[in-house]
Amino acid sequence: MNVLQIAWKNIRQNPATSVLGILLTAFGTGILCVLLLTSHQIEEQLDNNSRGIDLVVGAKGSPIQLILSSIYHMDNPTGNISLAEAQQLAANPMVKLAVPLSLGDNYRGHRIVGTDSTFLQLYGLELAEGRIWQADFEAAIGAEVAQKHNLKIGDNIYGAHGLSSEGHAHDEHAYTITGIFKPAHHVADRLILTNLASVWRMHGDHDEDEHEHEHGEEHDHEHEHNDSHDVAGVEEHEHHHGEEHDGHDHEEPQLVKSIMGDIGSGEREITSMLIQYRNPAAIGMFPRLVNQNTAMQAASPAIESARLFSLLGIGIDSLQILAYVIMLMAALSVFISLYNALKSRKYDLAIMRTLGASQGKLFGIVIAEGILLTFVGAIAGVVIGHIAIYLIGASTGGTATLLQALVLLPEEAWLVVIGVAIGFIAAVLPAIKAYKTSISQTLSGN
Amino acid sequence: MQDSFANTVIRLNGLTYQYPRGESLHFTDLEVPSGQHTLILGDSGSGKTTLLHILSGLLKPTTGIVSIDGQQLYELTARKLDEFRGQRIGLIFQEAHLVKSLTVRENLQIAQGFAGARIDNSRINEVLALLSLDHKADSYPSKLSRGQMQRAAIARAVINKPAILVADEPTASLDDRNTESVLNLLLDQANQQGATLIIATHDKRVKTRIAHAYEMATRPHPINE
Repeated sequence: MNVLQIAWKNIRQNPATSVLGILLTAFGTGILCVLLLTSHQIEEQLDNNSRGIDLVVGAKGSPIQLILSSIYHMDNPTGNISLAEAQQLAANPMVKLAVPLSLGDNYRGHRIVGTDSTFLQLYGLELAEGRIWQADFEAAIGAEVAQKHNLKIGDNIYGAHGLSSEGHAHDEHAYTITGIFKPAHHVADRLILTNLASVWRMHGDHDEDEHEHEHGEEHDHEHEHNDSHDVAGVEEHEHHHGEEHDGHDHEEPQLVKSIMGDIGSGEREITSMLIQYRNPAAIGMFPRLVNQNTAMQAASPAIESARLFSLLGIGIDSLQILAYVIMLMAALSVFISLYNALKSRKYDLAIMRTLGASQGKLFGIVIAEGILLTFVGAIAGVVIGHIAIYLIGASTGGTATLLQALVLLPEEAWLVVIGVAIGFIAAVLPAIKAYKTSISQTLSGN
Repeated sequence: MQDSFANTVIRLNGLTYQYPRGESLHFTDLEVPSGQHTLILGDSGSGKTTLLHILSGLLKPTTGIVSIDGQQLYELTARKLDEFRGQRIGLIFQEAHLVKSLTVRENLQIAQGFAGARIDNSRINEVLALLSLDHKADSYPSKLSRGQMQRAAIARAVINKPAILVADEPTASLDDRNTESVLNLLLDQANQQGATLIIATHDKRVKTRIAHAYEMATRPHPINE
């Protein structure tokens, strides 16, 4: 029988008070665990999804909305911006990579993103099978989309308007899946990518179908010309990048003009553009350039994510305070139960002393009881926390991928350490009292 | 009195004890040879229990020397003294008291463990059988009868084969028949385990069984009856 076994036997002797202490510790730790997991995972997701994106340029409005819609694909876009203006920005020497986005539709909650192949480069996407889109209404899909809806290459999918699957269905045009990406563990896994022209054609350009095809390709040309490194349809554009300026280069501006002239509205529009800087010096200058000289706004994912997180932080902070209050009550409960038990156990302890137990051993037994209670509570709390995360994840369906219950963070060990520390602190005073108990007085006093 | 060449198991020399409230006690010197069971006699409040606690290493005397089995108790460090007590001194109280959260067997195990001995289950079984408690080994104290409690407490006191077995008013609340059987048990166990029995009592029924006695008094010499 070592100290721990004796302590455990004693705990079992008073199940009611012991369970109270364990439960309080478990709830406190559980809440802290949920907070730890959610904030950690959300932060990680925010970071992962915005990695490599220094700036988002879009229509004026709420910068958070712009970030949410263009990077996290969780909100509606702020509006449209002129493609020509966007391209001017993209041509700026401070810009290393500029990815146009045209948003509007979804397939069963998965956003359909009109873009070009620079998107793959920005997000580090690789194809698992197939190829990326080449013609209009061809699409490449993220790994999670494919897996969730059991989609294969060659399947046709119909988009619906908006961000939720209940929107107006576009059943006139189906997208044909030509490629599936490898899992990248960020938001792109849940997206459907196609070219810009497909999105344009889907929305209101039905009467100009004949020109659409050209536009689409033309846009690709222009964009690649803006110093982006393309993957798809490379051969043709290699020439443009070459040193020799042949006829094509001079033709192009005219071509753009003539196409622009064709369209009634006069201008092509996109939703937003993701920008990666060439060097850090641009951080200070480029957003100002956009905000002051154009009708567009520039939003920095780093700044807006931090702002968003600090808003969330208020809720997290207050829950954290609640958790600490519960932990404090747990400590108090353990303290009171140990202290009260001392009265009835004084004689037990004195007997142990007569059997040869040292003062230190009694101190150890009482401390071990406190620590055992809160240790069991803390372990139970971590388990409760993970179950809670699992339930939250399961009940919110779409965002389930945001929260994973089977992740064990190193910080959770600290929760257990905190629990043990609370047990120790709660037990110190009773333990000192047990240490100081005079055997002779206790034995003769009874 | 036995001859001086016999082993002296208890030696008290110049003992005084001052209570925190100011009262003070002077104890007559005492030498108990090994195997000579001895009574400590005196009225209630005469300091019998105080003396028992002093010679069991539970209460440090104000002055004087306590030597048990050749070891001066209060020269030991607190920790060593606890261990020595666990090994060499068996204590039995008026009310048999077992640790409530542990079974009879576990109560004996902690007695071995605290004394620094190895857990020896065959010894535990042997002692429990001697006291006809083997069928109660895994019972909790709350499930024992009073007599069984008493026997379990005796079992625990002798488990480590102590040099002295100290009992404080073991018969005070018992009727004649039970007094007889407890005394028989104590004497049997003390003789079998080679322990010297020290009983503090004011119970006349005990005096008829044990010849040697130490009178609580301020008189300079122990008396024999």
